[in-house]
This record gives sequence, C-alpha cells and structure tokens, in this order.
Amino acid sequence: MAVSLREYRARIKSTESMKKITRAMELIAASRIIKAQQRAQAAAPYARELTRAVSAVATFSNVDHPLTTEPENPRRAAILVVTSDRGLAGAYSSSVLKESERLAEKLRDEGKQVLTYIAGRKGEAYFRFRNRPVVQAWTGFSDQPSYDVAAEIGETLIAAFLAEEGGEGVDVDEVHVVYTRFVSMLTQEPTAVRLLPLEVVEGTEPPAEGELLPLYEFEPSAEAVLDGLLPQYVQSRIFFCLLQAAASELAARQKAMKSATDNADELIKKYRRIANQARQAGITQEISEIVGGVNALADATAASD
Amino acid sequence: MSDAVLEIALVAADRIVWSGQATMVIARTVEGDVGVLPGHAPLLSLLTDAVVEINTAEGVVVATVDGGFLSVAQDRVSILSERVLLAEEIALDESETALAEAEALPAGDEREQRIRQAEARIRAVEKARAATR
Repeated sequence: MAVSLREYRARIKSTESMKKITRAMELIAASRIIKAQQRAQAAAPYARELTRAVSAVATFSNVDHPLTTEPENPRRAAILVVTSDRGLAGAYSSSVLKESERLAEKLRDEGKQVLTYIAGRKGEAYFRFRNRPVVQAWTGFSDQPSYDVAAEIGETLIAAFLAEEGGEGVDVDEVHVVYTRFVSMLTQEPTAVRLLPLEVVEGTEPPAEGELLPLYEFEPSAEAVLDGLLPQYVQSRIFFCLLQAAASELAARQKAMKSATDNADELIKKYRRIANQARQAGITQEISEIVGGVNALADATAASD
Repeated sequence: MSDAVLEIALVAADRIVWSGQATMVIARTVEGDVGVLPGHAPLLSLLTDAVVEINTAEGVVVATVDGGFLSVAQDRVSILSERVLLAEEIALDESETALAEAEALPAGDEREQRIRQAEARIRAVEKARAATR
C-alpha cells in the first residue's frame, strides 16, 4: 500500500475515461447492428428472386454448366476467409481464423493444396505475421460491405475456378468460404461453406400441391440465361456472407465493449475502495499526530507547573 | 383480362428500388426490346445495360439497369440487376461527364459498356422528363 492517494486518483480518472470510450464504442456498435441487419434484410429479396430464377432454370433444363460440374479429382482448393478490419471485437476474428485453419487442415488431409483469399485487415495481418502466402486480400469494408466489393471478390474467385489447369493465373478446383453466421445478438457462429462448384440450389422447396412451377421461356436460350445467372448468384452468395459477417462483427464488438465497460466499472470500484482506505489511513495518522502533539504539549505544561 | 395488372418488383442487389402494380413493362433484353403485358407467358431473359420503363396507372416510372435479368410468371414481373437507378436518382451532368470519359477510353469492351451505361442513364432522364411534361 505504498502507492499514494494521488496516484490512485489518477488511476481512477484514467479508468473512467477508458470506460467512457468503451461505452461509446458499445453504443456505436449497437446502433450499427440495426443498420447492418436492415441491409441484410434489404438484400434478401434479390437473393430470393435470384434463387428462384436459378432453380427454375435448373429444373427445366438439364444444362451442364462449368460452375456446377465437379472436377474429377480436385487438387487445389481456395478458401475465402472473411474477417474484420478492426479489432476490439472479442474473439471474432480469431474464431473465424481458427475455423479456417480447421478447414484447411481437413482439405490438406484430403490431399488438396490450399490457397487463401482474405477479406479484412485482421486476417491479412494474421497471415502476413506468420509469413504465409495469401493469393489476394480485400480490405477496408468489413463493417459495411457494398455489393461492388462482393462482385469483385466473386469475379476473382469465379475466374480462378474457371481457369484452365496449367494456364495463366491461379486455378482452383473448389472454392470455400469461411465467415461468421449471425445467429442472434448473443451467438455468432463461424461457418464454412463450399461455394463452388455450386451444389444443389438452396431453398428449392418443392412446389405446393396444385401449384405448378411456371414453364419458363428462356431468352435467348437456357444456357445463355444460366451463364448470366450463375455468376450473379455466386456474387450474391458472397454478398450474403459479407453482410452476415458484418452483422456478426458488430454484435461481437458490442459484446466485447460491454464487458470492457463492466470491467472498467469493477476496476473503478476497487480503486475507489483502496483510495478511500488510503485517505482514511492518512486522516487517522494526522489525527494521531495531532493528538500526540497535544498530549506532549499538555505533558510539558503539566511538568513545568 | 382488361382489369388485370402486373405486380412489379424492381430489385437491386442491396435494396428494392421500386415495387407496385403496373399495366406494362418495357425492358431491353440481349435480344432486343420486350414489352410485358398482363397475361404474358412465363419468361426468363437476360437484360442489357439499358432503360426500363414501367407504365403504371399514375404515370411512367423510368429506371436504368446495369445488366441483370427479367423474370415473368403469373403476372409477377421481377427485374433484377446489380445496380438499378431510378431516373430521379440520376445526376444528368455526372452521366454526361461519364459518357465523355468513356468515349475517351481506348476502344474495347470496357469502353462499349461504359458508353452504354452512361447513354442509358441520360436517356432515362430524358424519358422521365418527357413523361412528366
């Protein structure tokens, strides 16, 4: 207890200002989550209509498209890891990275070579620090991704997937995405999905009884329509992943900042107690000094009388 | 079928741009202009960068799309594109500078596409003006 009262006061002050900062960040994250959720909702109709259209084409034509056919013996797999740009979000980025490590391990066990693509500065830093190769990284949008970014990522991945073996540029046989699924404000799950080759279209519910799927006419042809649709479908899936990741990041940040604020509160309480004790000790000492002095004076006058 | 109407959804990647009832839709597919009236056969078609016109009871809604596609089924029309702009949202002078910039580019697919997009925007604004006059 050698620290003086003044120093305790300084500590309390700095903890208080830290608390103000974390509290502000918590509130900002909370307000942004609502926006992120609205964006995710606003993007839903596009994904829904696109899925309907893709399943319509898939049902009415048995066209083989390069994006849906499985390569015979896949040897190279690409992983897109969606992380955040900034920290202070608890275990958000590290749990996504852990999940991606697990997936990479699994793919390596299957005898595939793994190529990594990164979204978000945290993931980039993680790989660069470990001196691991990254094919391409996109940064600067993690808390509010735009469709253009998703389109760019999509184009790159599709190009890599369609590239001929031994040709120019990167060629891969599979594309996986690791992102954090937004389950609720409290739970976010790191999830790995295979993006390419496209599997059976999600959300294709069998038509209800008595309702027939309309017999579409395709213009110019089913193949051409599929050609136009599938890349957009892939991009919209990536956009969906980015939006989910953004919402998860903000939720994780809000949670982390809330506990930081709570911890600051506890720390302040603890310091206050110690500071009060130190103050009390000081007062007690002063009183005992005064009393001692008075006693000594009284003794001295008594002796001289 | 005279009182039949189309349910339109004009959807961009990140929002619903316009939705409502209409009597006719005109869009440009890769094969040429197509007009959709109530009772149209189910159709799935790719669009080019061009103007989409939606005729409603209240007037004409003009928008531009950058690619995308059109699907018609049971009087429901969905127009999907990565980017959709309503004529009101287009800044005419910006589009004109974009057109000038695009024309300065070296010849190629990119130049063509950017010219097409800028021209579609300018045309959309002009059409919307003509319609309100």
